[in-house]
Amino acid sequence: MAECHPVGFQWVMEAKARGATIIHVDPRFTRTSAVADLYLPVRAGSDIAFLGGIINYILTNEKYFREYVVSYTNAATIVSEDFQDADQLGGLFSGFDPKTGTYDTTSWAYEGMETAAAAGSRVVARREPPAQPGGSGHEFGGRGTALPHSEVRRDETLQDPFCVFQILRRHYARYTPEMVERICGVPPEQLAKVCEAVTANSGRERTTAWVYSVGWTQHSVGVQYIRGAAIIQLLLGNIGRPGGGILALRGHASIQGSTDIPTLFDLLPAYLPMPSASSNSNLAGYLAAIKSEGQKGFWTAADTYMVSLLKAWWGEAATQDNDFGFDWLPRINADHSNYQTIVNMLDDKVEGYFLLGQNPAVGSSNGKMQRLAMSHLKWLVVRDLNLIESAAFWKDGPEIATGEMHTEDIGTEVFFLPAAAHTEKDGTFTQTQRLLQWHHKAVDPPGDCRSELHFFFHLGRLLRERLETSALARDQPLLRLAWDYPMVDGDEPDAAAVLQEINGRHLSGDRAGQMLRSFVEMKADGSTSGGCWIYTGVYSDGVNQSARRKPGSQQSWVAPEWGWAWPMNRRILYNRASADPDGKPWSQRKAYVWWDEVAGSWTGHDIPDFQVNKAPSFRPEPGVGGPDGLAGDDPFIMQADGKAWLYAPSGLLDGPLPVHYEPLESPVRNAMHPQQANPTREMFPRRENLTSPSPPEPGSDVYPYVVTTYRLTEHHTAGGMSRWSPYLAELQPEFFCEVSPELAAERGLEHLGWATIVTARTAVEARVMVTDRVTPLVAGGRTIHQIGLPYHWGVGGGSAIVSGDSANDVMGVALDPNVHIQDSKAAACDIQPGRRPTGPALPRYVEEYRRRAGITAETGATRVTPREEGP
Amino acid sequence: MHGWSTAADPARDTGWSEAPARKGFFTDGSVCIGCKACEVACKEWNGIPEDGLQMLGMSYDNTGGLGASTWRHVAFIEQPRRPVGAGSLTPLPLVAATHGQEAGGDPGSGFKPDYSASAGASSGPQDTAAGSAETGIRWLMSSDVCKHCTHAACLDVCPTGALMRTEFGTVVVQDDVCNGCGYCIPACPFGVIDRREGPAGARNVGIAQKCTLCYDRLRDGMSPACAQACPTQSIQYGDLDELRARANHRVEELHAAGVADARLYGADPDDGIGGAGAFFLLLDEPEVYGLPPDPVVTTRDLPAMWRTAAIAGATLLAGAAAAFVKARS
Amino acid sequence: MSIRTRVRQWPVLRQLTSADHLGRGTAVRSAHTEDLAPRTRTADRMVQSVCPYCAVGCGQRVYVKGERVIQIEGDPDSPISRGRLCPKGSASEQLVNGPGRVTTVKYRRPFGTDWEDLPIERAMEMIADRVLDARARNWEDADDEGNPLHRTLGIASLGGATLDNEENYLIKKLFTAIGVVQVENQARI
Repeated sequence: MAECHPVGFQWVMEAKARGATIIHVDPRFTRTSAVADLYLPVRAGSDIAFLGGIINYILTNEKYFREYVVSYTNAATIVSEDFQDADQLGGLFSGFDPKTGTYDTTSWAYEGMETAAAAGSRVVARREPPAQPGGSGHEFGGRGTALPHSEVRRDETLQDPFCVFQILRRHYARYTPEMVERICGVPPEQLAKVCEAVTANSGRERTTAWVYSVGWTQHSVGVQYIRGAAIIQLLLGNIGRPGGGILALRGHASIQGSTDIPTLFDLLPAYLPMPSASSNSNLAGYLAAIKSEGQKGFWTAADTYMVSLLKAWWGEAATQDNDFGFDWLPRINADHSNYQTIVNMLDDKVEGYFLLGQNPAVGSSNGKMQRLAMSHLKWLVVRDLNLIESAAFWKDGPEIATGEMHTEDIGTEVFFLPAAAHTEKDGTFTQTQRLLQWHHKAVDPPGDCRSELHFFFHLGRLLRERLETSALARDQPLLRLAWDYPMVDGDEPDAAAVLQEINGRHLSGDRAGQMLRSFVEMKADGSTSGGCWIYTGVYSDGVNQSARRKPGSQQSWVAPEWGWAWPMNRRILYNRASADPDGKPWSQRKAYVWWDEVAGSWTGHDIPDFQVNKAPSFRPEPGVGGPDGLAGDDPFIMQADGKAWLYAPSGLLDGPLPVHYEPLESPVRNAMHPQQANPTREMFPRRENLTSPSPPEPGSDVYPYVVTTYRLTEHHTAGGMSRWSPYLAELQPEFFCEVSPELAAERGLEHLGWATIVTARTAVEARVMVTDRVTPLVAGGRTIHQIGLPYHWGVGGGSAIVSGDSANDVMGVALDPNVHIQDSKAAACDIQPGRRPTGPALPRYVEEYRRRAGITAETGATRVTPREEGP
Repeated sequence: MHGWSTAADPARDTGWSEAPARKGFFTDGSVCIGCKACEVACKEWNGIPEDGLQMLGMSYDNTGGLGASTWRHVAFIEQPRRPVGAGSLTPLPLVAATHGQEAGGDPGSGFKPDYSASAGASSGPQDTAAGSAETGIRWLMSSDVCKHCTHAACLDVCPTGALMRTEFGTVVVQDDVCNGCGYCIPACPFGVIDRREGPAGARNVGIAQKCTLCYDRLRDGMSPACAQACPTQSIQYGDLDELRARANHRVEELHAAGVADARLYGADPDDGIGGAGAFFLLLDEPEVYGLPPDPVVTTRDLPAMWRTAAIAGATLLAGAAAAFVKARS
Repeated sequence: MSIRTRVRQWPVLRQLTSADHLGRGTAVRSAHTEDLAPRTRTADRMVQSVCPYCAVGCGQRVYVKGERVIQIEGDPDSPISRGRLCPKGSASEQLVNGPGRVTTVKYRRPFGTDWEDLPIERAMEMIADRVLDARARNWEDADDEGNPLHRTLGIASLGGATLDNEENYLIKKLFTAIGVVQVENQARI
């Protein structure tokens, strides 16, 4: 966190000054480790086991926050007796189909809901064969999944052998300190210190926060890493409370915003799913898959959110008669995510590509595959501040140097359009805590530089002009689109007008034309609009709330009048859980929101994330769903049963609980189970994306070391915003690898000399930094050497102040099945002293390694690990 | 007569009758996270050119040291692993292979691990302020800067009056006066000040340069750029008296927390430079950070020399007068 | 400047006649030094902004003079950042005024070996033509079972995490309306 979010880290330092214990777990010793109370090196790719060890400690030593767990989580809920845990099936959960590599998740359901699920509810069953095995996490959108109803059976004594709590106990029994040591390389006494610190600092009086970044997400089991942390935080009562939570530190100014208002294939704004081809033939069918009338919570109002969105997009043209234009939406029926699209490019299925402030030639895994794919395009539009490597791959990229591509043979037409900087346009960023902050335009963009608002508005205008007279059905969505924005400064669309559209309006009645104050004002009859229901309120009362800048020194520590947080300016989600079931703060020290008996309402330091007049003692009539179905002690108001899910009966594709699998490329055998890697991972086994063998396959000793990638304070991601800055370039001018003194001795690497790092994909060269900050670990009975590569550099284009080989070139692509994120944080490599071969000798060098390891396109592509002969 | 005053009020001694309280920096190395925001904020505000794209291999330090185009410099010091109970570099404690095999058998085995026994055998997390007692690694970081000495040799030796004591008690180079003679360079006991040699076209090439404590910003009541940027308040700007009190308190706090190595550097008015206007909290010997252990103003012997030089000085005075009139014409 | 004024400003005389006998302070102060002021004081305006790098969302103050950004520094009013910035945030002025920043459209024709210039209006027209062309050629009305698809897989987009919400909104809205579904950003990576 100190490394990549230094200014956010000021709050950690302040907490430390007030007595907080800071623990840092990371394969490398970073600037965060330097000021932490405890630093634990861990083997890259082993965190599920590490977190499992903590859960084991909590359960075994009865350290959980019982009242919170019983009242606010699904610990007491009874699960189907058909469910079989991974322990019983060699590392697979019940329902696995080895042919497709996917689970039938019916048996994971809550008791009594299996039938409903099998009958076709979106809860668990997949209503369409996935286009490729494992590739249908997109069906769930980005929300808690539906339940047919919320009439679950609970045993609040937590004794029923099929209650979630007992399943959890059995599941985590094997995550012993010894097992954690064997998998992670973390000695028991170190783990014990973490367990003691975390549990001692949780409960009524104290809270513990977990902070993660892409070190947790970029794995083929990344979602389950986060689930592991969620289980810890729920068992300890650290969600919905000040100083608690699981904090994703996101790396880009508006990466949260680009998820909320998604430039993502599987989502519509505010976590509504994109319609699916086979199951969403009309609006009613689409909505039925999102929610049932019998379930609890605010997703039951999805019809109001969706209709308001359609009204924002198609305005007058969206009517009750035409399903509000639902049929104009394109449908998805497979994984259309970034890496699948790259593979499709290689197969000449994609003609045109827009790059908008992204540099995949450097920033995406398997950079060579990215560049090769772009050479198959007919045209490429790059919009950026600088002439990045992705714009210039055809000119002097690494493959031009090796002769694998020739400039004159590349037919890709490239348009580089310079972009406007943040100081040259109005607009909002949504930062990592869901806070929208307006940035004011300071100056006009220079020359041809334009905002994306400008580019896309005018591109849309040009397309509409060209199709003006078209009667083709496919052109109607564009021609009927509400695409009329006021202009400022000449021909720049007014960003405030766009934000108002996002906020939404009353379209009829007394308040016609007025901004909506809250998403609960949205209607499903077409009388309201709103482009992103969770952002409704950002323009409440006609005021741009995101532009509020009351100085922090002039308001409470929650600072509610600085910017605007979704939803409804709530700064901590699910904050009803900061009070006990009776509505009293768990402790005065940790008071946040509470029930005011006299006033008959929730109150506190933040906007209560709860129906404000619903008493803690309220119990709904049986059968009532929606917000009114939430009991006064159901803090998790977006969940279909009002409870936080320790165990996920639906919504995940690789298991209802996290289980340790080895990374796809691992030097060791899975110590937990015969199953080596995540059987549901999404793979692209092909020549351009080779995988090196892992045990029990032979040949893994050719790539004996673990390689991981990361960032440095001085640079920003793929370097597009830092390697062109002299002041940043001079601080970290060269690509380097970090190795331990032990590995340096083993391989003859010299400090400040050169090293070549080779994987099944390619080889890169880096300056050597020999440092004690990298520690060899012992895991699975052998010493594990880890090599760290910062990934900021790239080659090509010639305009960056500093350049160098790109770390992401050595990483491969296999995806988490739920979210399609690549496993780029742990791979297998070799390292040798000296510079890499150049020209055609480089691919030959890489090929020789592959030959020795026996690599084919199918290596690593076996889903279910073949059972070995017993001793 | 002394060549310099013993009072810690250098502004008044240099003619600033209305001087505000002396200003300075307290750089607390125990909370530095080595982000280098100070280096960049300084360069950006002061228009200092980029000065080198070489990887130096000094941990994460590719700046090297203070100079004409580096007025803030973050030092990174890696102190090697000291494995608990072992004299040599070894990996963290080895795993007995049998552990894993036991755990891999019956799912029920190991259900009740005895954490208390293993935990009792080792010490708890220690607040070392920087570094982990567990692995023995310490990664020290501290941002160096011009010390703005109470007795500033650069100021003493400057023949042109380019170096000046400001009303804030700080020492600055007046770009328009400096002729690049370089006398100040060897005079500085810290090797801070230097003449900018390039790049061609950059501002003030050929002129002696160093931290001004953002003299221009101070005159509008603003904080120096580095202190304003510093994410963790490792760099604190303010009244020197108050900073010293705060620093003393911080050292006491660290000592109480068991960080015996914490000490102040440059905070003592009785040291060889009369105390620094910019002083530091270090977690090891000054040499470890590349700082001289006992800096002494190089012009300490100047009073004796002054008498000898008086006659020569009178001659120079006339010459200087002529030069001045000529320069202004 | 009169000779009298010049003589009065002569540092040696000031040194001998002022309290700064040793000529280290007021006596040697040049007129330039006397006039020294932070450039933010004379800025035409200051606007409040947000750092464009990571997602902490630090407040920035952007100072403008002569329609040019002359300084970007931390905004002390921000309860998130309290006026502080990291090295990247501190380098923001260089990001917007950067020496390497390209401010004109560049074009590489198919099989071309170098960049060419292209008027921006022409570039926009050419891109619009290519979008319609690729879309028409790769349009999918329905799948094999007759389920509606209403889309094209012939066009893809990557980016958004560095952009404004309003921009992402128009991108998603336009691409969806023309049937482009392969819309992705860094959040997936």
